[in-house]
Amino acid sequence: MAKSDLIGGELWEAYSNKVADRMDNPRNRGAYTEEQAKEMGGKLIIADYGAESCGDAVTLYWVVDEASDKILGSKFRSFGCGTAIASSDIMAELCLGKTVDEAVKITNLDVELALRDDPDTPAVPAQKMHCSVMAYDVIKKAAGIYKGVDMESFETETMVCECARVTLGTIKEVIRLNDLKTVEEITNFTKAGGFCKSCIAPGGHENREYYLVDILAETRAEMDKERLGSATGTEADFASMTIVQKLKAVEDAIDKDIRPMLIMDGGNVEVIDIRDEGENIDIHIRYLGACSGCAASSTGTLYAMESVLKTRLDDRIRVIPL
Amino acid sequence: MQVYLDNNATTIVDPKVEELMEPFQCQMYGNPNSLHQFGMEVRPHLKQAVDKLYAGINASDDDDIIITSCATESINWVIKGVYFDHILNKEKNHIITTDVEHPATIATCKFLETLGVEVTYLPVNENGIVGALNVEDAIRPDTALVSIMWANNETGAIFPMKDISRVCRGAGVLLHTDAVQAIGKIHVDMEDLDVDFMTFSAHKFHGPKGVGGLYIKNSQQLTSLMHGGEHMGGRRSGTLNVAGIVGMAEAMKLAKEGLKYELTEVKRLRNKLEDALLEIPDTFVVAPRELRTPNTILISVKGVEGEGMLWDLNKRGVAASTGSACASEDLEANPIIIAIGSDSELAHTAIRLSLSRFTTEEEIDYTIKAFTESVERLREISSSDL
Repeated sequence: MAKSDLIGGELWEAYSNKVADRMDNPRNRGAYTEEQAKEMGGKLIIADYGAESCGDAVTLYWVVDEASDKILGSKFRSFGCGTAIASSDIMAELCLGKTVDEAVKITNLDVELALRDDPDTPAVPAQKMHCSVMAYDVIKKAAGIYKGVDMESFETETMVCECARVTLGTIKEVIRLNDLKTVEEITNFTKAGGFCKSCIAPGGHENREYYLVDILAETRAEMDKERLGSATGTEADFASMTIVQKLKAVEDAIDKDIRPMLIMDGGNVEVIDIRDEGENIDIHIRYLGACSGCAASSTGTLYAMESVLKTRLDDRIRVIPL
Repeated sequence: MQVYLDNNATTIVDPKVEELMEPFQCQMYGNPNSLHQFGMEVRPHLKQAVDKLYAGINASDDDDIIITSCATESINWVIKGVYFDHILNKEKNHIITTDVEHPATIATCKFLETLGVEVTYLPVNENGIVGALNVEDAIRPDTALVSIMWANNETGAIFPMKDISRVCRGAGVLLHTDAVQAIGKIHVDMEDLDVDFMTFSAHKFHGPKGVGGLYIKNSQQLTSLMHGGEHMGGRRSGTLNVAGIVGMAEAMKLAKEGLKYELTEVKRLRNKLEDALLEIPDTFVVAPRELRTPNTILISVKGVEGEGMLWDLNKRGVAASTGSACASEDLEANPIIIAIGSDSELAHTAIRLSLSRFTTEEEIDYTIKAFTESVERLREISSSDL
């Protein structure tokens, strides 16, 4: 929150002149009939997307030349706000003259760019980006109808954020490479979640398959596990560790639970050798400083050390002082 | 032509009100709590203002009408005050309200839920109200407060406050009513309606923005929200907004005097507009007229999305509002529209027109034309089956 967030309520002021123009005078609104399509020498394709209950619906009419797959005519009808109508109008226009395969490549980002007055200023405020998504979704539907395939087949990657077109792969990679810890950071790095915000967490404007909160939690859990995994093996594996790993594990246990107390009394302990004798695992140690010569070194201290190592690492451990 | 039909959002300040407020900016500008002449000359005006407020809602001298910054503050105070007095000490732990209250009520209740308070949000029927029996059924031994608006801002629907009051009195539960949309539109008389707390805001009845009130029956207990010291009998601190208070008081007086006009002439103009718009095919208005405030129309236009409609109306100089999601910053449809829920499409096709005593016949005639043209243009673009 900061100064720029204080006075909200802006909506139409943030529409570009092009958006306003296309809302007031859509160039490509209308429909084609079968007769008209025949006259033009092409196939009529009608695709609808969205619903009134969602607040956004569009019907796209194409007349496609079956020989060249070229879109000869492109018109639309739309139930929606100014952004939706303007987006649909531009979208219909962008399709004209392209082949169906070329049209499918048009994304909502292209639609929004085409609505800008200048290249650096967004045509609509962030929360309205998703209206342009529906405009491009209907192209996929129309292409699917024309080719006789499911519209989903045109989407090659798993899209997490539709508005900014950020894939699942990109988000995971960015989290790892930059050690991101919050959803806000993900948005700053990728723009995902910065527009309609539906992909951030369940309960938003639309239901999604993937949510940023979940992706973040899962990816970080994976990262943590990998980090821990590179340390010495777990206690359960002590017997199967290599000698160096065993040594590290023993030193670790001593460092945590034994050494501090010895140092406090002016002593210390050094691990000389570890020998797996089958029935026992013998850890040979040498006492240093005040420990050597101390009566407890063969009683209390010794038992404590052995107990710690037995519990933490392996029940067969014996501690043998020099 | 510019036509303002969004009076449920805010209203023009009555010129008489503005005139009365003016001297308190650069002439009588003293702090009313000062001992000296500058303070002394202001105080009688404030006392007079207080009298007007009491007369305006027919409150007893034993009641408190505390002046706040707005209805949102007043509502926050009631709900949080009851929390401090009756819930924090574990005496009670339940609040009853409705699905269609103003965000000030709903958000404050949601906040209390995070503190462990249980809240029942009663659903409304197709006329946009809850009945007294619904409230009665929801009351529990641990209910601390019932908070229900007198009239709804989106639909204009009037709630059966007298019956609800009877139920709450019978159960011994505190009752708050948010009267923001009631003052100046329907009969408001605190001798006639028995409630513990009542909230209102000046800018909804031709007073200035930034000043509101909380009526507290019999000056009963309600822990303060705004601590400080001496103002408003020690109940709500903050240097008195003299100009605002004088303005609100005059606006209150004019609202009471103008009620007859509101219930006759404004209603007539509203009905004329409504009838004309209903002539457009595939439209319907929410809540029957008899159960609505005299100035409000919430009309659904099939096949035409709300923000798009407002855009076209705005182009033609007509100001209205909508509960459509697309027109809000967070894309969520106004919960009231969803709560009435006959059709989820309503959430995106509803336009609210709200008149005032300043609306003229000429403006209504112009609006009928502008509205009809807008619908025609947008239906031509629309993909809906009509």
